[in-house]
Amino acid sequence: MTGVPDERGRLRADLVIEYPFTRTTGPVVGAFMTGLRDGRIVGSRRTDGRVFVPAVEVDPETGDAITEIVEVGSTGVIETWTWVDPPRPGSPWEDPHGLALVRLDGADTPMLHGVLVESADDMATGMRVEAVWKAERVGHITDLKGFVPEGTGQAENSAEGTERAVDETDEAVRSIRTPIRLEYDFIPSAAAQEYLHAYADKRILGNRSPVDGAVFVPPRGVDPRHGVAATEMVELAHTGHVGNFCVTHLPIPGRDDLPTPYVSAWIHLDGADIGFLGLVAGCDLDDVRIGMRVRAVWKPDEDLGATAENVLYWEPTGDPDVPVDRAGNRAWRDSAPGEVVEDA
Amino acid sequence: MGSLGERTAVLGVGQTRYQSTRGDVSIAGLVREAALRALEDASCTWADIDAVVIGKAPDFFEGLMMPELFLADALGCVGKPILRVHTAGSVGGSTALVAASLIQGRIHRRVLTLGFEKQSESNATWALSLPQPFSVSINAGAGGYFSPIIRRYMARSGAPELIGCMVAFKDRRHALRNPYAHLHQPDLTFDQVVDAPMLWDPIRFSETCPSSDGACAMVLGDEATGDAADGPVAWVHGTAMRSEANNFPGRDEVNPQASRDCAVDVFSQAGITDPRSEIDAVEMYVPFSWYEPMWLESLGFAEPDRGWRMVEDGSTGMDGGDLPVNCSGGVLSSNPIGASGMIRFAEAALQVRGMAGDHQVDGARRAFGHAYGGGAQYFAMWVVGADKP
Repeated sequence: MTGVPDERGRLRADLVIEYPFTRTTGPVVGAFMTGLRDGRIVGSRRTDGRVFVPAVEVDPETGDAITEIVEVGSTGVIETWTWVDPPRPGSPWEDPHGLALVRLDGADTPMLHGVLVESADDMATGMRVEAVWKAERVGHITDLKGFVPEGTGQAENSAEGTERAVDETDEAVRSIRTPIRLEYDFIPSAAAQEYLHAYADKRILGNRSPVDGAVFVPPRGVDPRHGVAATEMVELAHTGHVGNFCVTHLPIPGRDDLPTPYVSAWIHLDGADIGFLGLVAGCDLDDVRIGMRVRAVWKPDEDLGATAENVLYWEPTGDPDVPVDRAGNRAWRDSAPGEVVEDA
Repeated sequence: MGSLGERTAVLGVGQTRYQSTRGDVSIAGLVREAALRALEDASCTWADIDAVVIGKAPDFFEGLMMPELFLADALGCVGKPILRVHTAGSVGGSTALVAASLIQGRIHRRVLTLGFEKQSESNATWALSLPQPFSVSINAGAGGYFSPIIRRYMARSGAPELIGCMVAFKDRRHALRNPYAHLHQPDLTFDQVVDAPMLWDPIRFSETCPSSDGACAMVLGDEATGDAADGPVAWVHGTAMRSEANNFPGRDEVNPQASRDCAVDVFSQAGITDPRSEIDAVEMYVPFSWYEPMWLESLGFAEPDRGWRMVEDGSTGMDGGDLPVNCSGGVLSSNPIGASGMIRFAEAALQVRGMAGDHQVDGARRAFGHAYGGGAQYFAMWVVGADKP
């Protein structure tokens, strides 16, 4: 993505990482999920008769397995509560609501769920509540809409007489989807900001170590080998060599635009002492070699932005190869700490 | 350099069958299966355990954060310390070593340690290919990362092209002797290994590890518990961990300094000067076939650029080899990532206890367990023996 500076001149971007993970429930949690789908709430009973709701697989005190499943009531009492206003993004509830530990009749532990009332004034510890169900249920905790005060007629949409999304003869719930979504406000570091802005002018910057002169690209603002700040920026050539490469025959998640096979390579720019990843194209894939000399192929000037994506790929220059034993990271002569070397 | 401190014994080992999907159990149920088998092997109950140390793959690999929180009761450690270790793919090994350090340091007498993964609930390649804004997104998972390093090894060692296929074929043959192994391919031929499609050239599909569900656990104990055990125990003769950055000037990514240093340390602790003749069985972390010869060299089992000859002449095979490597079938045959390192450590212990079943190396007295992770950045190793150090 191309960077657009914010009001302080900083590049920033929205970064969303999300994936629809699954969770296998196993038989005990599966029974709880199956119960929800069927409009019932079940717990697990340990040997002393106490009932955990939601059902748990393991006795937290003894470590023993708990396998006996028992149904409990859909009514219970609020043990403690808080008020949520407004609900967070991704919450099952759109309106302000109570969030309570509700001990259902027949259970010895409370479960956490929403209480659907108008205001915090309608909430009270010790208040009796009853479950409200969704009409369409799939075997998920949100099949239970929440709880409402008992006997007030608000629980019209009870499980009795409502449609289930699935038939009772369906198999037990064995897994659930648990999508995870993380939203980042991605702000590159100060050194990376300078690096990315330079790309807009078709310049590639590195960062020189004050200790041994090693040039890092992308710049990090630090010399990671010696643990010191590195503030000196160095402009690097648009030519270099292939330190190493992979011919990939599999599509990359999220890069449907990239036809396979493609060559990703560690590009070692002239003047830099480490490589970075880039695509190699403009030649037969079979011709790509360790040590092959390459140059940057840039986007058209009118499409340039503050992003490393300005370099579309790297193409062969046709110059003689760097010898294999001098290619890549191994080209660095390992100078003693503190020794300042001249420009490469 | 590590000091051994309290003598430490592997009292028990427990593994699940490794397979592509364990749809019948939750993660809690999966880890308990391995833990209960380890307790049984160690003739212990939950009450005998002083602390629990667990490891799993990086969080995005299965979308599971804070397993130490949600598995505490499943692992019987309410009221006890539970620790979680993070070192990418080497985590199973470093988890075992953190557990061992609690014994070696005389903090605890018996520690349960466990690694697990449910790859069926997730997608590790997705997790390893996350895009970053302002960057060119061409990360192609672990294979994309390690393929160039393998290519460089091939170039500098002059190894024949099919060495990797030989490793893959050998490990899949070994796996047939291990009932816990994920891949059981009795009809697999060498030609099929060679003819498999290239995924990350020069890595073929057949030269990569499977995606597995599974867990592996061990009960470690102090000298007194080891002495008191009814059956054979494995004694810890050396433990070492090292790490390094994944990209710096002068880095030898084929044979990382951290790997070499870690091996020198662990063999020195064990009093081993010639690993090839003094180690009877090796369980090495080989997720891509070519890493067997590469690590043989890095660890000192072979001279530089000559590890592939040990593969070629059959030295690392169970039938007639003098240094059998990955008799269990290795990571190439089972890869529940968060457990894979611990499986190496546990299988090494099984060998010196004489309990490796059909993949037992006759008379194994000292064995080596190894794990690596990240961009070949994290290393964990141990040497275990039938005799007390």
